[in-house]
Parts: sequence; structure tokens; C-alpha cells
Amino acid sequence: MTRLTDLTLLEAAAGLRAGQFSARELAQAHLDRIALLDEHLHAYLALTPELALSQADQADSHLAQARRQGSGDLPPLIGLPMAVKDVLCLAGVPTTCGSRILEGFRPPYTATAVQRLLDQGVVVLGKANTDEFAMGSSTENSAYGVTHNPWSLERVPGGSSGGPAAAVAAGLCLAALATDTGGSIRQPASFCGITGLKPSYGRVSRYGLIAYGSSLDCIGGLARSAADLLPIYQGMAGFDPLDSTSRQDVLTPIPLEGDLRGVRIGVPREYFIEGIHPDVEGGVRQAVETLVALGAQAVPISLPHTDLALPVYYVIAPAEASANLARYDGIRFGPRLPGQELLDQYLETRGRLFGPEVKRRIMLGTYALSAGYYDAYYGQAQKVRTLIKQDFDLAFQQVDLIGCPVAPTTAFAIGAHGDDPLAMYLEDVFTLPANLAGVPGMAFPVGRDADGLPIGMQLMAPALGEAALFQATHAYQQATGWHKERPPL
Amino acid sequence: MTLTLDEVRHIARLARLSLTPAEEQRFQQQLSSILEHAARLSGVDTTAIPPTASVLPVQARLRPDVPLESANRERILENAPDAEGELFRIPPVFDA
Repeated sequence: MTRLTDLTLLEAAAGLRAGQFSARELAQAHLDRIALLDEHLHAYLALTPELALSQADQADSHLAQARRQGSGDLPPLIGLPMAVKDVLCLAGVPTTCGSRILEGFRPPYTATAVQRLLDQGVVVLGKANTDEFAMGSSTENSAYGVTHNPWSLERVPGGSSGGPAAAVAAGLCLAALATDTGGSIRQPASFCGITGLKPSYGRVSRYGLIAYGSSLDCIGGLARSAADLLPIYQGMAGFDPLDSTSRQDVLTPIPLEGDLRGVRIGVPREYFIEGIHPDVEGGVRQAVETLVALGAQAVPISLPHTDLALPVYYVIAPAEASANLARYDGIRFGPRLPGQELLDQYLETRGRLFGPEVKRRIMLGTYALSAGYYDAYYGQAQKVRTLIKQDFDLAFQQVDLIGCPVAPTTAFAIGAHGDDPLAMYLEDVFTLPANLAGVPGMAFPVGRDADGLPIGMQLMAPALGEAALFQATHAYQQATGWHKERPPL
Repeated sequence: MTLTLDEVRHIARLARLSLTPAEEQRFQQQLSSILEHAARLSGVDTTAIPPTASVLPVQARLRPDVPLESANRERILENAPDAEGELFRIPPVFDA
């Protein structure tokens, strides 16, 4: 008998429909496993067991009714337990963004992406750990403590969605809702050996997502395979009048089975640079060969402005963050530190309750937007962003997909980057470009390094080309078994 | 691109962040090295290249000007560190 927490999302969905177990049993099995393991992993910041069980009971009554009436007309995600990254609002449930400045905050509304999944019958187990305000690549910047990688507890799970990724990898949920501003879904997916999708910018509504970089933020998902991710993506994507950047393009149903014959996969030479771990390079090159064996064509390409993505991102994202994080003033929500006058109160509250990385980025952004420096930094970064986007536009005239590593290394040790922000920023070098260009990216496991740690590969597609990502990743996962491997817990 | 301590203090003030002297020192060094890295952008020829503020093909969609239900006042005030009646309470802004 397979443990309920070892099932894939699709297996669990099928089991529920066949009446092999109830949604309550499925939710309880995950809550029990969280109770057993999360003291070692620290994937969750807040658990919602009562909410989860009441949602599960509701799902069970729908399932029972459908069985009685012999109708299979149930939402695809009914009764499936998921985690939500703690940057997405769920009304009444503590939402901290991994920051002291939001301690005790309970949002009065629910994010559209979360609401759409709730409407599909998803069971929410809790809010998962994140680097503070999603700023980081390791979850070491969470004010509430680091999350540990399930494959090796002394290593990071990646970030900023390290909590959701560790929870999925360790079987503490079937899938998770997360966000990606510069690689925060794809890099932890890679470090934890799972599959993660960052959709096209504007495909999933940002309403109710606590903003970091508004022109870059994307909501996506983490699961064990592309097949498991598909119903999650389809459940939450689509136009939302509450987000002025929500795309109105029609969403067509995505068939998972696709033919790889003739699909051209561009392999950009700028992504195989000095400093990339040889095991990572080897694993990704081998995965490309597997895709070729399945009928795809590998085409060498160039994305000449790749090395500028890092400086562009670290001007634009902090600039947007400095504006977005101006709202934390200790007046309307979160704790307030006392001051003689209003200004002192601002200075104290923000200075003491934001962590070092958040303060660093607010300062960077404030500087890049300040009088006298705006054109040299922010204005120039926006122009170079155009060049990076043009690289992708040109590349996608020659190829259908782009295949490359997700990160230069596998999961690194907790504390490895110490207090060196630039070293940490370099972790995002292969994921930032997709956010700057607004294109979708999928990360999935393609091997293990000499230490047994997962190696991830990334596929990118033109904007709104999610279908091609699902089909190529699914074809790879049908032919290989890396996505089925579980950490030894 | 080396920031002076005074510049660090000025930025912190603009950003409404109180910093300890140790933080000022550390940020001076770290921000300088990050800005050093970002300075590579100035070497790129961007003559005639338009800026990208958003990757979306269409900008600024407007909705019809009709009032919609807004958030519930009580629930918003529940999150306030200090409130009175329907108001957020803050220290005085003007001298009495």
C-alpha cells in the first residue's frame, strides 16, 4: 500500500474519485507527515489544519454526491492538499512574507490565484516559508528561520520559494502555489528535485500577491511533475479585472501529450559559462540529448546580452521594490515601533523590522531612482532590458524552446554565501532573463550530482507558450524517472 | 562607484530606514560593490533603444467608471496597530 503522501497529485485525484480514500484521510496524512518532519525542515510558517479538514470534508461531500449521481463532473483539483507561499493573501490567515514587519497581519481578502484554486476544491494545509518579501535565493533571509533541503538538511532548498519547494519534495503537500520574480520558483524546484512553472508575465493575476517587483512578479506552481502542474496552472490562469496587467488573451486547454518531433530547442552558449558546476552542465547536456532522442532538434543559439541580465535585474527589481515597500509604515498594518514624531516612527519601524537584504534592496532602489542618478541607473537598465527582450524575440524566430541550466550549482550549504550579497545574486543568473523578457519557464529534475543532489534543467518558451513547456517536459518525464525520485527522509 | 557614508545616510533617510552605525558601514561597502557591478550598464550603447517598463503589448487597461464594492472597513482596521473608531491613530504631524 503506497503511503498517501507518496502519491502524485494525479494519482491522489484518481484515488479520491475511485473512493479508495477520502479527502479527509488525504489531508490528515499530510498533516501527520508535517507534524513528523517539519521540525527538521521548517517548510511551513503557519499551518491551517482546521481550515484544511473543513475543506476536505466539503470535498468529500461533493465526491460522495458525484458518486451517488454517477456523474464525473467534479473540478480537477477537488480535495487535493496544497501549500501556499506566504506572500499570497488568504483572508483571515496570517500572512507575513517572511518578515517581522507583517507579524500578526491577517489579510481581509484572498488573492485571485488562491481563490481560483479554492473554487476548484483545493485543500490548503498552510503558508510556506519564503525569503523576506521574496528577496533571496536560499530562504536564509526569512525572519522566521531557514528552510532545510529535504535531500540534505545542512543545505538550502533554494529561494525565495524554498518553503513550498521543500514541502512538495518532502511530501508535506501534493503541490504548492508560489511566486517567481527572478527565479524564485525555478531555482528551488531545481535544488529540491521537483518541477516548477513560472508562467508568462500577466498570465496569472497578481491581485492579492504582496508585491515585490511589479513588472517581474509571476505566480506559478511547484509539483512533482509537469502532469501534476497542468491542472494547477489551468485552474488559476486567465484574465482578472482586478489586475490591470492581467492578459486578456484566450486560454485554450493544453493537451499534455505533444509530439516532440521537429521541435527546435535552442541551446544558448552564454548559459554554459565558467563557474558552472561540471555535474550541472553534464546533466543538462544529457537531458538535451534525451529530448533529441525523443525527436527534438538541438540548435546552438546566442543570447548576447545574457551577462547584462544580472545588473539590469538588480537595478529594476530594487527600484520597484523600494516603491512597493513604501507602504510598510507601521500605521495601517503590522507592528509599530514607537517614535516621538511620525518620522521617527517610520524610521524605527522600517529600520528595525525589515531584515538586512530587504533594507539593502530598498536602499539600492531608492538610490537608482533618486534625482541625478535616475537616468544613469534606472533609465539605462530599462533600455538594456529591451535588448535582453530582443535577444529572446530573435531567438524564438529560430527555435521553439530554449533549454539551459536553472542555476550554476546544485543546492549549496546553509551559510555558504555568508554576508556576500553579490555572490548570492549570481545564483539567479540563468533565471533572471525570463522575468526580464516576460517569457514562461519550466524547471524540472534531470539528474543528480556526485553528492546525490538534484540537478535541474530549464526550458523557456515565447510569451504565452506554456503549452510547449508542458508537452516537452511531460515527454521527457514519460521517458525518464528523475521526477519520481524522493529524498531519503 | 564608491558611496560615502553621508550618501548612505542620505539614502537611508529618503527610504525612511533608521540604521545603526555598523549597518551604515556594512551597507556602504555592499551597496558600493553592487553599484560597481551595475555600472557595467553604462558601457552599453542604448542610443535609439526604447526603455521597457513592462513586457506587455498593451498598457494601462481602464475599466468602466462604476463604483464597486470595496474592502470591509472593520476588517481593515483589525490590522491597525492603533485605531480609534473609524480612524488610524498616529503621533501628531503638526505642532499643536
